[in-house]
Order: sequence, then C-alpha cells, then structure tokens
Amino acid sequence: MTEGTKKPFIVREIRQQFPALRQLIYNKNLIYFDNGATSQKPQVVLDAINMYYSKDNANIHRGVHFMSQQATTEYEKARVTIQNYIHAKKSEEIIFTKGTTDGINLVAFSFGELLSAGDEILITAMEHHSNIVPWQMLCQRKNLTLRVAPINKKGELIIEEFDKLLNSKTKLVAVTHISNTLGTINPVKELAVKAHAVGAKILVDGAQSIQHMPIDVVDMDCDFFVFSGHKVFGPTGIGVLYGKEALLDKMPPYQGGGDMISRVTFEHTTYNELPFKFEAGTPHIAGGICLGKAFEFLSELDMDAVQKYEKELAEYAQDMLDTFEGLDIIGEAKKKTSVVSFVVENIHPFDIGTLLDKQGIAVRTGHHCTQPLMDFFQIPGTVRASFAFYNTREEVDIFIAAVEKSINMLK
Amino acid sequence: MMTLEEKQQEIIGEFEIFDDWMDKYEYIIDLGKELPLIDKDKKTDDRLIRGCQSNVWLDATIVDGKMKFTSDADAIITKGIIGLLIRVLNNETPESVAKADLHFIKTIGLQEHLSPTRANGLLSMVQKMKMTALLNLDNNA
Repeated sequence: MTEGTKKPFIVREIRQQFPALRQLIYNKNLIYFDNGATSQKPQVVLDAINMYYSKDNANIHRGVHFMSQQATTEYEKARVTIQNYIHAKKSEEIIFTKGTTDGINLVAFSFGELLSAGDEILITAMEHHSNIVPWQMLCQRKNLTLRVAPINKKGELIIEEFDKLLNSKTKLVAVTHISNTLGTINPVKELAVKAHAVGAKILVDGAQSIQHMPIDVVDMDCDFFVFSGHKVFGPTGIGVLYGKEALLDKMPPYQGGGDMISRVTFEHTTYNELPFKFEAGTPHIAGGICLGKAFEFLSELDMDAVQKYEKELAEYAQDMLDTFEGLDIIGEAKKKTSVVSFVVENIHPFDIGTLLDKQGIAVRTGHHCTQPLMDFFQIPGTVRASFAFYNTREEVDIFIAAVEKSINMLK
Repeated sequence: MMTLEEKQQEIIGEFEIFDDWMDKYEYIIDLGKELPLIDKDKKTDDRLIRGCQSNVWLDATIVDGKMKFTSDADAIITKGIIGLLIRVLNNETPESVAKADLHFIKTIGLQEHLSPTRANGLLSMVQKMKMTALLNLDNNA
C-alpha cells in the first residue's frame, strides 16, 4: 500500500478493533499500559487464528494435498508481507523464530560458530537479559570477551565510551533499538556505520521498536534485526530474525530436523536453502500466518503519525508524573518514546503496581528483565507504563489520578 | 486462646465489611505498617526469601513447643499479608502449622498473592513456615 492510501489515524476507530480493551477489571474500565510486555490483538488477527484452525490447518512445505498447499501459500505470503514491511531485499532473509529471545540465541549459536577465541562482542548497559545472557553463554563456549558500553544517568548510551570499546577484535555489536525499561531510542544507524568501520556486524534488538516506528533494515544497514510477534499485535510464540543473505548463507544451521535439510543419509546431510536452513521442524504455522495479518493491519496505518502520537502520549504522562513530590522518572533520554518508568521515594514499585491493578490499570513493576540496569540506577525496580497507539490521553489522566491516590495510601 | 480456625474466621469477618478493593488494601497497608518486625541482626541472607518483585525475611523459632514468627518485607502490601499469616500461625504447635489449610486467604480475595506466578516471595514464605514446622516435628519425634 502506498503512502497516499493510508487511512487517517483516529484513535477511537483503532480502539474498536481491539476487543480486549473493552472489558471491566475489578469493575473499572481496563486501562492497558503494559504494551512493552505484550500488545493486544486486533480483530483481523483473532479472526485469522480462528480461520486457520477452522479451515486451513495442515502441515506445510511437504503435502501434496489442497489444504497443505493452501497453508504453505499463506505462510509464505506472511513472510513476504513482513519482508515488505521492514524493507528487506529478499524474503529469504526473513527467518521465522519463536520470538526475540529465540532469534538472538540463533545468532549467538550460528554466527558464534564463525568466531574464535579472543574475539569480542559489544553490548550496551541497557540491554534486556535476552540480549545479555546468550552472549555470555557464547563467550564461555568460544572463549570470547563480552564488553559493555556504559550509559549516562539520563539513560543514554555514551557514544565516546562505545567508540573506545569498539576495536578490530569486535566481531558483533548487539544493541537494543529502544530500551524496554527506559524508552531510550538508540542511534542504531550511526552505530551500524561505526561497527562496520571496524569490520564488525551489528544485531539490532527490535522487540520494542517494530510496533512503534517505521523500520527499514536496509536504510539502518543492520546485519541482523530481531523481534517478537506478540509485541507487534500478533500471536505469541512467533517472531522474526532478519539477516543479510550473504551472512545467513555463511552461518551453520542452529537446529537440525525436518524441513531444514536437502538430503539426508546416515553418512552425510546437506542443508536446505534459506530461509528453511534455519527453520527446523514444523513451525508455528498459525503464528506465522497471523503475524502476517498483524503486519497487513499495520501497513494500513500511517506509522509516522502513530510514532508522533505515542511520543506525545508518553511525554504527557511523564510531564504529569514529574509534578509529584518524591517521584523520579527513570530514563530521561532526549530521544525516547512510548515508555515511562518511575520510582517513588520510600515506596516499593510492587505496592504501586498492586494498587493500580485494583483500579483497573495494567502496568508492569519490577526489574523488567534488566537487572544490571537496576543496579546502575541503584533501585530494586520501577513502575513502568508503556503505551500503544490505542491508548488515549483520557486514560493517562485516569492513570495519573490513580498514581496519586496510590501514593497517598502508601505514604 | 483462639484456635487456628477461629483466627481465620475472625479475619474473614474483618474483611467482610469492605465492599471496595481499595478499602481492603487500605486495611492491608495499615496491617503492614503494624507488622512486628524481625530483629535487624536477624535480617541475614539465610532468612531472606528472594521474590522476583519483592523480598521477604522470615525468622521462625520454637518457644515452649509453640512456633514464633517474625518477618519483614520491602513492599508494604506484602508486609500486610505477612501480618495476617503470622497472626494465624503464631503460637501454634509445629503440627498445626504443618497441617494448616490457610483458606482465609482465598476467602478474603488475596489468593493472587500466594500464586506461584506472583513471585513476591509470599508462597515461598508459607512453604518455609511449614517446612520449619515439619523439621521440628521430626526433631520432637
């Protein structure tokens, strides 16, 4: 769909397509501000799930019968939809995974096989555990060194320190596009140029960006881009690894099994071509097809307008919260979006989260799978409100009043 | 002296007057503020029960055949619920602590706090209370 045909962005109309938003929680209208954890699903995705299992359910890539071919066609169509959405050059570069974590582990294993002792992996201090632990495991397995680029108190990557840690031994930079805890937007395009200048590859963790902004992997010039389906209005258990074809070709398979082979004998096995080389076994067929539907839904939206709207919503919430005495915003990067994390003096985040829940408001509290980041800020956790395009200013107003009420009760 | 069951019924009665969740939690927060705290020098790692969200400390001893619990937590709502659990289990024999069916938690609508997924350390705390009771049963046997 071209820019000109996109529908105008009207929140009221968008909300109507998300049935989960229309429910009462503890007798209050649900306010869902936990979109960083997972997003709600539009009716088109729900219908597609129902349709797949009611009508098209069959195994793919191997059947001679009608239903199998139908399911294969739909699954491969989804791959192309996603390829087009993120502007990848070829559909072979779109590998279906279980999610972001699975994608990172795939790269850590398969790309990791190309590395040797003494090589270095560079990450940042704001990474999710899933972009830390697989690299630690790889470093142990292959005797590599993990370097961590520090951040400042605002929650921004310190570029000069990143530059100092990047060197000819660096083989991979693995960085989050948007911090799930802080909302910081990292300058991934700039980091890709820097990584490539020393001969390193770059993996961008897009778990928190794919749903909030237009993504162009060619313009970003990342070597790998990973995300989860469930955070981008699709089903759980499905995700995507984008990788540049030449690089994916060089990497050995991650898991062995059906679908990923070309010819098997007991003496020797040859592997299938991309993308199937990395998709062993029966995949999450319904997940892939319905993730395609989620991207068809997104393709009709003006993502620039969405990005602007979400940024304004988060800023509005942050400005209101900032007026509370004893409340500290965690993460005040100049470039941030969609996430507001905060702590309140002498009040545990768990208590605020529990009281917000009883007022019908879903937020996340805790360390958000970023314990090193909590250590850096010397806090046990935060309360995190994370927004999607279906949230409204009125919801923020109710949220602010509920936070105030909770603080007063807990003081 | 009230029995363990009578103590549970008393708490259920106290919570019956609240028809609003926020009132119920206001009361729990008050209980949290009144929790008799574990001695500072007993807040050691072996008494710490780490939850994903909040941490709980528990000390269990036996005096004259009755169990005595003191505790602390970093979240006030957790402390309030601990207060209720201790009120029911304190001064009971190891045998009745080990056997206790803490049904009042469900009746007053707080079962979510004791679910394995809640990860606030409370479920592990109850398990530790019961485990300590069981160990003391064995010792006495």
